[in-house]
Amino acid sequence: MSTIHLIAVFVENKPGQTARVTKVLAEAQVNIHWVTIANSGSFGVMKFLVSDRDQALQALRENGLMVSLLEALAVETPNQPGGLQTVAERLGRSGINLDNCSGFVANDHAILVIEAHPLGEAAEILRQAGLRLLDQEEMRRL
Amino acid sequence: MFWDRESETLARAALEEHQLRCLRQTLERVAAKAPFYRRRFMEAGVKAEIKSLEDIREFPFTTGIDLREAYPDGMLAAPAEGPVRLHTSSGTTGKPKALFFSRGDVQHAADLIARSLVGAGITPADVFQNMMGYGLFTGGLVMHYGAEKVGCLVIPAGPGTSERQLMLMRDFQVTAVHILPSYALYFANFLEQKGIDPGKDLKLRKAFVGAEPHTEETRRRIERAYGLDVYNSYGLTEMNGPGVAFECEEKAGMHLWEDHFLLEVINPATGEPLPDGETGELVLTTLRREAMPLIRYRTRDITSVIPEPCACGRTHRRIARITGRSDDMLIIRGVNIFPQQIERVLMSFAQVGRNYLIVIDGLDDLTVKVELSAAAFDGQVEHLTALQDQIADRLKGEIWIRPKVDLALPGSLPVNEGKARRVLDQRSL
Repeated sequence: MSTIHLIAVFVENKPGQTARVTKVLAEAQVNIHWVTIANSGSFGVMKFLVSDRDQALQALRENGLMVSLLEALAVETPNQPGGLQTVAERLGRSGINLDNCSGFVANDHAILVIEAHPLGEAAEILRQAGLRLLDQEEMRRL
Repeated sequence: MFWDRESETLARAALEEHQLRCLRQTLERVAAKAPFYRRRFMEAGVKAEIKSLEDIREFPFTTGIDLREAYPDGMLAAPAEGPVRLHTSSGTTGKPKALFFSRGDVQHAADLIARSLVGAGITPADVFQNMMGYGLFTGGLVMHYGAEKVGCLVIPAGPGTSERQLMLMRDFQVTAVHILPSYALYFANFLEQKGIDPGKDLKLRKAFVGAEPHTEETRRRIERAYGLDVYNSYGLTEMNGPGVAFECEEKAGMHLWEDHFLLEVINPATGEPLPDGETGELVLTTLRREAMPLIRYRTRDITSVIPEPCACGRTHRRIARITGRSDDMLIIRGVNIFPQQIERVLMSFAQVGRNYLIVIDGLDDLTVKVELSAAAFDGQVEHLTALQDQIADRLKGEIWIRPKVDLALPGSLPVNEGKARRVLDQRSL
């Protein structure tokens, strides 16, 4: 199964906390390929896809931040109307919960980053639908 | 194990006879020599004559305010041989309380610590790192003298940086520490970040925690984090500092050294004495102190006497873990709350880390800031919001108010080198 690893970082609800995290990554010479920030109102969770996962984890931990490694899918969909629809419908029909999803287009590749459970089943369904799952290396080269 | 088996296991009748004899001497001494008590006894119309221990109830209380007003030396009972040492309380609110020690008082204080340490299994082979502040605070020097008396190698580390504490611990194969419970939790975090496993990389086997009220849950957390035995202790500057009451190896309440202190538990609102087993304010009278005896001192600490005999064989009664201070009590929206109630709930959550802060602001708005434990974070926002809800619900069950719960990073909340700051009252009332 082709999966990617996201780094999740806990962010306190105080001014400057997002910058605190990004500063650590910058100083560790880690490049960010993709990021989302989810805010609960009283705290936030930043998720990253980065150039060097282990270096990022180490630097974040050393700086007293709380981190966790998440497994996710990166799906390439046709860059045309209905691209996301295919994915959502297939997963929904199979009773798979979509926990988080974000998307972007790079060099004419439409990519969805999906956290779902169970992840293995989601991967299988998408593959059967003829969609391509990218691994960490392919994501880096986009 | 005993340091002074005879004194520690004295039959109750003999112990009470000793108490009565010492109490008489103490009352006579302060009436004759301490200007404060001479005046106080006269105003209250009491004479320094007693027939039984119960007669102590005729005497007026001494309070922290009295001590501050008697500052610097109004309560000094001028022993034949002058005082040799001075300690003071922190004095964060105005004048501190000044306490004088005679040469005999210094010896007695060390002796009570020696009893306490040996009772918890300390031997001369132990290497004892004292991480309490040396100086005016009694936690450093008084404990130091006692551990030296036992024959331990004592390292007067004081409240230095964590790096230095660790260096000493490793290089001198420290086996026992005297530490604030809040700092013990903080230091465990520090070790974790350094990748040090205390069970494997250090030789620690016993920790004496004190100087701050803390809960049984906190004790268990410290024990788990380091893989050692934690013993609770009780003391206050006004009563020599540490060494008033200590846990023996049974870890079931703290033996209060009754040959040195006469104990009463009273209803803090009425001043009436309470029977053994009932919870109230601890009141202590010094029985052996020379330089500055104190009569019926209101400690403000809330506890109860455990009347049953202890399996260890000591006859000195035990007091229960301090559940709060009568002046620590918070009144929020008309509800009486002790910070320890909140701590008990927080520490029962495995996902909760080692420090917390209670903030009251606005018009009685209660926020509890809680450090997470690093293992609790799985990257899912929903799990953390669910945790916030669970904590708030459980607190509501305990204190009848549903606080806002803020999650914080491990090690991010303030820890002072002195005592942990647990409550921040910023009310604009």
